Amino acid sequence: MTMLTVNTVTRRFGGFKAVDGVSLALAAGEILGIAGTNGAGKSTLFAAIAGQQPADEGEIRFDGHDITRLAPYRRARLGLVRTFQVPREFKSLTVHDNLMAAAPNPVGERLLNAFVPTRHLRAHEARLAEKADGILQFLNLARVRDVQAGGLSGGQKKLVELGRVLMLDPRCILLDEPFAGVNPVLIGEICDRVRQLNAQGIAFIVIEHHLQALKSLSGRMVVMDRGRILAEGDPQAVLDDPRVQEAYMGGVA
Amino acid sequence: MVAYLSAIGIVALIYALLALGLNLQFGLTRLVNFGVVAFFALGAYTSGLLSLQGVPLAACFVAAALLSALLALPIGLLSLRLRDDYLAIVTLGFSEAVRITIQQEEWLTKGVQGLPGLPRLFAGWGSPAADLAIFALLAAVVALVVAGTVRLARSPFGRLLRAIGDDEAALSALGKDPAWFKVQIFMLGAALFGLAGAFYAHFITFITPDQFIPLVTFYVWMGLVMGGTGSVRGALLGSVLLMVFLEGSRFVKDWVPGVSEVGMASLRLAAVGLALILVTLYRPHGIFGGRQP
Repeated sequence: MTMLTVNTVTRRFGGFKAVDGVSLALAAGEILGIAGTNGAGKSTLFAAIAGQQPADEGEIRFDGHDITRLAPYRRARLGLVRTFQVPREFKSLTVHDNLMAAAPNPVGERLLNAFVPTRHLRAHEARLAEKADGILQFLNLARVRDVQAGGLSGGQKKLVELGRVLMLDPRCILLDEPFAGVNPVLIGEICDRVRQLNAQGIAFIVIEHHLQALKSLSGRMVVMDRGRILAEGDPQAVLDDPRVQEAYMGGVA
Repeated sequence: MVAYLSAIGIVALIYALLALGLNLQFGLTRLVNFGVVAFFALGAYTSGLLSLQGVPLAACFVAAALLSALLALPIGLLSLRLRDDYLAIVTLGFSEAVRITIQQEEWLTKGVQGLPGLPRLFAGWGSPAADLAIFALLAAVVALVVAGTVRLARSPFGRLLRAIGDDEAALSALGKDPAWFKVQIFMLGAALFGLAGAFYAHFITFITPDQFIPLVTFYVWMGLVMGGTGSVRGALLGSVLLMVFLEGSRFVKDWVPGVSEVGMASLRLAAVGLALILVTLYRPHGIFGGRQP
């Protein structure tokens, strides 16, 4: 069953087409890998899907909704969330509060309830705190629970971003270079966690330059070049594709 | 002497109230409001004009806070589309527009002549007692605002404000719309500015447009920056220290020979400038640093 459909999406910056008529589909429970050189349009494609840089042309559907022009926060509420290539943790908040700030909590976050929190609201807050602690445990971040997120290592910040989106109980997560600047041990750990989450039914699209990790993670792979999709299919077959080797690795690998 | 000391204390607390409002907007949420004095003026004139119509002072104060908050709504909505430096310029321009409007609309505000003879708070209590009562009332209000700010900063609402201050786009990628939160905090801060304006009007008893120049805004900023943004203690002590210094240094003249009244005023500002430079050099996050409540 298709969860996310991207239909001939184009995103321009001035006269430059960063994403040029890209179409792809993601089935529920799938992990799709996206590779490509720097400037191939991968992150812009994410921004078009998640709403930071809405598509100029084409259509994006998620779960039956046309989300092409929806505000980013509305897309997130539908269960479509993303992380960022350069980590965007809330640096002055603790790791735990980073997760808490992401939890859907419309009543608790009302201004008046800041001054007179009812017992009911405090209980709700406690439940969210417990959920956040569970996720921190799952991501091996419990040790840094009360550390200000701005002081974490790059790899830990990536994990905090993953933890934050998990607070939304998402159905589809877009991971933008989850392994960039992350040490090999932690890469293995992140892979494990992504597989576990995937086994629970969460679909992923992963942008990554670390091809070995991406290949082992993805069920299907796409390679982008100059805003277009160059090849698509089984990861090994895609990486063996001469056009991919030509464009992506200069024909070396 | 008691009268002078309590006058300094009252002005210092009025500035503390302004700094606490700015602390909500900038300290927590990182909204750069250079138009603090606009809402201060609106509060002062709202309360002043109503009191001249015979409205009881308590109602005047409430009206000052409410009207300032209401006028912050359009500016708050503007803040949704403008980032830092642009918002700063727009709010600065807004505050000058407010001041010039007050100056020009003579039918309502008496223009440059100002509003003399405003009723003083606790006027019936006699000279030192009334001042002390105003001081005590202001201190109680400031204490209440401090307690409220601490609660707010620790609440889920405050957590979200700090997240907005850190990275608004990341927050909206997490399913939260920062817009309404920013508007609310803009209005809440403005209500405090308006309340401070009402206290000012009914302490000074004579308000004119030229009391509401952008320098007032920047005094508030100086106090907050020196004390430490995002910290209640910083906002409080920074602004109180600044005011005590600005006002209190009048006495220094008696002990420093060979400095004229005018020379002393310049010296005072130079000293504030020097203090600001030293604080930013050696305590870049302000005396009380960090962004803890």
